[in-house]
Amino acid sequence: MTTTIRLQREDFDATAEAARLSRGRTDIGAVVTFTGICRGHEGGHAVSAMTLEHYPGMAEDEIARHVAEAKRRWPLLGVTVIHRYGRMQPGDNIVLVVTASAHRQAAFAAADFLMDYLKTRAPFWKLEERPDGTNWVEAKDSDDSAAARWRKDEAAE
Amino acid sequence: MSVKVLYFAWVRERVGKAEEEIAPPAHVATVADLIAWLAGRGEEYAHAFEKPKVIRAAIDRVHVKPEAAISGAREIAFFPPMTGG
Repeated sequence: MTTTIRLQREDFDATAEAARLSRGRTDIGAVVTFTGICRGHEGGHAVSAMTLEHYPGMAEDEIARHVAEAKRRWPLLGVTVIHRYGRMQPGDNIVLVVTASAHRQAAFAAADFLMDYLKTRAPFWKLEERPDGTNWVEAKDSDDSAAARWRKDEAAE
Repeated sequence: MSVKVLYFAWVRERVGKAEEEIAPPAHVATVADLIAWLAGRGEEYAHAFEKPKVIRAAIDRVHVKPEAAISGAREIAFFPPMTGG
């Protein structure tokens, strides 16, 4: 099982990372690639740029904890998570999650799970630049609800 | 006990610094106690911690609840709810 977790300022190439995960493997039947991208507007106002602050050390540790949890829940054959930090503009990549498994259900579910947890538990904070000044993005209840459903799913198993 | 405290995002902006070493008195036993003690250190701290329920904490890079004990901690971080991903 190949695991890659990286935090970086630089952009990433989603296609290359997905190819790297499955190259030479004959056991992988499904690869799911999710890319999170910076949008140019939020809640009715324009966003000209966004800066991602993070907690070095804890961000990597927290992502690793959730990748380990995903491996425990699903039969994964590979996982890559790349999260950028620093200043980004609309259209720029922010985060990449690639999951690989023999069959698609595990790859889809694990990618969904990892994104829900990245949104709520990974120590990053977004500072938006708007026409009228800067604004710290507030955490969304919908993200907390999305993450909570994975705990309910596990309780039901 | 001396411990390094880190602040992130608007908590950092309001306190006015990213990190500091502190030595809280012995009666400050939990994260919640520490937030209350920090809030009393000055206006900027009071402003940062005016809504304690919004503040999240980590001890030695692991998320903890307000009831968590701080004894033995090397590093305690305070931050708003996260917005990564």
